[in-house]
Amino acid sequence: MQDFVQHIINGISLGSIYALIALGYTMVYGIMKMINFAHADVYMVGAFTAYYVAKWTGLESSPGVSTLLLLLVSAMIICSVLGLLIERLAYRPLRKSPKLNVLITAIGVSLFLEFSGQVIFGADPKVFPEVMNQFVIANFGGLELKSSDVTVLGVSLIAMVILNFIIQKTKIGRAMRAVSSNASVASMLGVNTDRVISFTFIVGSSLAAIGSILVGMKYPKIDPLMGMMIGLKAFVAAVLGGIGSIPGAVAGALIMGLSEEMVVGYLSSTYRDALAFGILIVILIFKPTGLFGKYSVEKV
Amino acid sequence: MHKSVKTPLIAFAALLLFGGLLNFGVNAYIQLIVLFVIINSILAMSLNLVNGYTGQFSLGHAGFMAIGAYTSAYASTQFSFFSESFGFIGIFVTTITGGLLASAAGFLVGLPSLRLKGDYLAIVTLGFGEIIRVTLLNMEAVGGPRGISGIPSFPNFFFSFSYSCFWALICFFFIWRLIRSSHGRGFLSVREDEIAAEAMGINTTKTKVQAFVLSSFFAGVAGALFAHVTNFISPSSFTFLMSVNAVIMVVLGGMGSLSGSIAAAFFITLMPEALRSLQEITGVDLRMVIYSLLLILIMILRPQGLFGDKELPDIWRKYVRKSA
Repeated sequence: MQDFVQHIINGISLGSIYALIALGYTMVYGIMKMINFAHADVYMVGAFTAYYVAKWTGLESSPGVSTLLLLLVSAMIICSVLGLLIERLAYRPLRKSPKLNVLITAIGVSLFLEFSGQVIFGADPKVFPEVMNQFVIANFGGLELKSSDVTVLGVSLIAMVILNFIIQKTKIGRAMRAVSSNASVASMLGVNTDRVISFTFIVGSSLAAIGSILVGMKYPKIDPLMGMMIGLKAFVAAVLGGIGSIPGAVAGALIMGLSEEMVVGYLSSTYRDALAFGILIVILIFKPTGLFGKYSVEKV
Repeated sequence: MHKSVKTPLIAFAALLLFGGLLNFGVNAYIQLIVLFVIINSILAMSLNLVNGYTGQFSLGHAGFMAIGAYTSAYASTQFSFFSESFGFIGIFVTTITGGLLASAAGFLVGLPSLRLKGDYLAIVTLGFGEIIRVTLLNMEAVGGPRGISGIPSFPNFFFSFSYSCFWALICFFFIWRLIRSSHGRGFLSVREDEIAAEAMGINTTKTKVQAFVLSSFFAGVAGALFAHVTNFISPSSFTFLMSVNAVIMVVLGGMGSLSGSIAAAFFITLMPEALRSLQEITGVDLRMVIYSLLLILIMILRPQGLFGDKELPDIWRKYVRKSA
């Protein structure tokens, strides 16, 4: 029983990290109808930004809330710029070309970031600095509630609340919803589609940056290929929840996090990566629209 | 003799002559690269059938290649049906078995997933490719992460060259003639407009599955050739990067152009070797960075690839003859 509750705590904290990354996938898909493969590598760049900022400013030695905030802000800025650049240079020229070409470009950008990362940062894994002091907040008879889990959950909750506010209450959020439901009509009604897309990339990349630092706190080992697997899992989470749907991405990510933790806890850890694809294939065959997705009929 | 038999035979004879020259003319390093060019050509042509001609997007070609490679390698290391001097018959049998098993896997993968379109299909095929690799990694019977070593190969380069060319020609002429048959027009119509094709009475799901099965057969054959040429395979030979490599070849050559696929296979196989000297100067491995940049640039500047959907004779006619 104790183990079970512990697995649930770990699963939720893992799931909330997946959620932050899945949100980036789902928002870009909702607006541009494309899978941004490079998103996972923006996340990788976020982790490395935090690593180098902490190293150069000497913050490694003083973990605390201010360190966390500083790293978050710097990683968010760098990732936003990167996301914006990717959109401008790689995706915008292909706005009107077939979906397949955009998909191939996205894979190309992803590989480019990964291998440039290997050249620039080195292929060997690096140890992520300690951002917050690790301690056990509460101990219920062997059941540990670690400070890192609470931080992860807290930061991702705050991020999601802010995201929800932006999308539901602000002008640009309304424009995003309009473009996502019908881009051509939205542009006819005076929405600057290009600006909305750029903004979406900024928001998505910032969320990925937050996710990268939280992962760094939980699993302090970073390397240039770290985005590959977690990106695929977050993508699966987005599809599970219904791609394009924001609450769906969060729900799907929590399901993914919990089920992965259970597989590792009770079955075998070698199959944890195959699980994600297993889930994906089952959903796509039986319910391709996902849990919260809208069903749309193709008109001729 | 009928033309459909004559042309391949002439081509085969010409290639054999070329192989005979290479056998004595160049060193083992270049010979191995030549073999890789042929294997990559088969891989690219087979993927072109799915990605180029049928308009589906598969990102799991390495998985099918792995099945062919492992089947052929396992069978030829575990059982010896023929005596040493007839070893090549054994390799022929195991190659076909590998191809057939790969196409069976292609059928299993294709049947459910080809109901999906575009991005989703790409992700599912990627997933299947990874599942095949993870399964091989966990199978102790085929060596797990250590892979299979000591796979029997041909006595000399000339034999491996002719055998690889034999399969490359089968693959080329099979796809070439298939696309120009009424069956092949069905494939093309699915690419152009699936709904219209369906309205014209084409069973689109069946067509797509057929393309998938045929393509995985040749991917399996390419895998088997790879296993026998390199004498060693492991799950890390068949990663996602291998699938991407195959996609790059198809895209660079032009989706729907067999000669384009072959040209791209030449380019993609030779480029890393050519860049080796660059690596010695800079000290870092820039090959993959250049690869990925190339992929992006092709998509932006020339999305139809080098040859588009034209073949070499068409291009010859268009540019060379006209100016003469």
